[in-house]
Amino acid sequence: MTKKNLIPFTGDQAVAYAMKQIDPDVVAAYPITPQTEIVMNFSNYVANGQVSTEMIPVESEHSAMSACVGAAAAGARTMTATSANGLALMWEIVYIAASTRLPIVMPVVNRALSGPINIHCDHSDTMGCRDSGWIHIYCENAQEVYENTILAIRIAEHKKILLPVMVCQDGFITSHAVEGLELFDDKKVKDFIGEYKIEDPLLDVDHPVTYGPLDLQDYYFEHKRQQGEAMKAALTAIPEVLKKFEKTFGRKYDFIETYKLDDAEIAIVAMSSTAGTVKFVVDELRQKGVKAGLLRPRIFRPFPKEKLITALKNVKAVAVLDRSESFSAEGGPLYTDIKAALYDSGIRPLISNYIYGLGGRDIFPADINKVYVDLQDILKTGKVKTPLNYLGSRE
Amino acid sequence: MENKKSWKEIPIGGKIIEAGNAAKYNTGSWRTFRPEKNDKKCINCLFCWIYCPDSSIKVEDDKMAGFDYEHCKGCGICASICPVKCIDMKKEIQ
Repeated sequence: MTKKNLIPFTGDQAVAYAMKQIDPDVVAAYPITPQTEIVMNFSNYVANGQVSTEMIPVESEHSAMSACVGAAAAGARTMTATSANGLALMWEIVYIAASTRLPIVMPVVNRALSGPINIHCDHSDTMGCRDSGWIHIYCENAQEVYENTILAIRIAEHKKILLPVMVCQDGFITSHAVEGLELFDDKKVKDFIGEYKIEDPLLDVDHPVTYGPLDLQDYYFEHKRQQGEAMKAALTAIPEVLKKFEKTFGRKYDFIETYKLDDAEIAIVAMSSTAGTVKFVVDELRQKGVKAGLLRPRIFRPFPKEKLITALKNVKAVAVLDRSESFSAEGGPLYTDIKAALYDSGIRPLISNYIYGLGGRDIFPADINKVYVDLQDILKTGKVKTPLNYLGSRE
Repeated sequence: MENKKSWKEIPIGGKIIEAGNAAKYNTGSWRTFRPEKNDKKCINCLFCWIYCPDSSIKVEDDKMAGFDYEHCKGCGICASICPVKCIDMKKEIQ
């Protein structure tokens, strides 16, 4: 066994360290639990002169994203980070960043959106802005958080994409738990991300340009169409970046991760840290001869429809776990998206939805096991009795 | 929508990459009343030129030479400020 050089980092420290290696031109951020340690640790790097970043300590998240938009338009590689209500406060500018096609990278530490006020993990903050035109990456652990933060730079700045990227990790569960991380060489990171160059930067005084003008009935629609097409193009451009990432760092990633899914009869679809718990339960069930598997979407926007359909094509019963309630009365956002993707494919596994873990409610192996027990029952009876379930909520 | 470009032909993100091209954006179609000048009364004081918020008063050889109807929005400030009342606002006929 080769000895690995592991560094003890929390998810937040992992982000701050990735940002140190990226050394963005501008970071404008406001601290908010549980993202605070990102801003705190990165500020240390700035204060110690370990990065050349212009750090803008703003007075609110609305200002943070506004400063990011200005900086990115000026031609600076720009990052910020936030959580929950901070993301909600920057909402207006979150959309403007995407529609102005500025490749800002924003680590988001997922936290329940008020109210009632709560500081713990769920995905209601980022799921709420899934239509904002940002690319969404969800990470299972701190290692992935670290790697995806670096990866996100190249995705955002890809010429065919030019969209901002959110790198999501589970508040406290990932952001505050210490893991042993394998870190990349500074130089390798620098080589991978390359130099930031955008077309038509605002500060190019020899070629004056205007960003953010009024756009009415005659062209607004075409600009929205461009955004939609860029998101579609991301489906084919992201694999190029993933290939380069693998070549540089020896890490192979895809839009999705599957775990013991090839011969699985029943499967759970889950994102972020919960996938780790699901893997543990899958291993236990496999020992008992139950053909259980896991599908974990890593990139949620653009929605990797074809990959998901292919992964689920042999599964007979599927349970989709949503760590947010979209209040459609029809289930969570991941569930409804997956159902819609399957509609045209002709692949129709028995499918059900479990809303879980809201406001940081713990999700234990026993909870996951209960879902697999339900799936076995569904498999036996051929019927989904309750499509929409609340896992871990008291009845 | 004739002569308008497709989504493939325009800069992304709503950027304007040509400086000063607002002059090509004709806004005169908003107008309900159009200014018309009575040449006999005009004393070429150019108050209208000073007050026009849309730079739509044409001047040639230091003389008031008519209106730029592609940008005039018909606000009537020129007619109001004219000391000899030589500008009339007439309803546009579609």
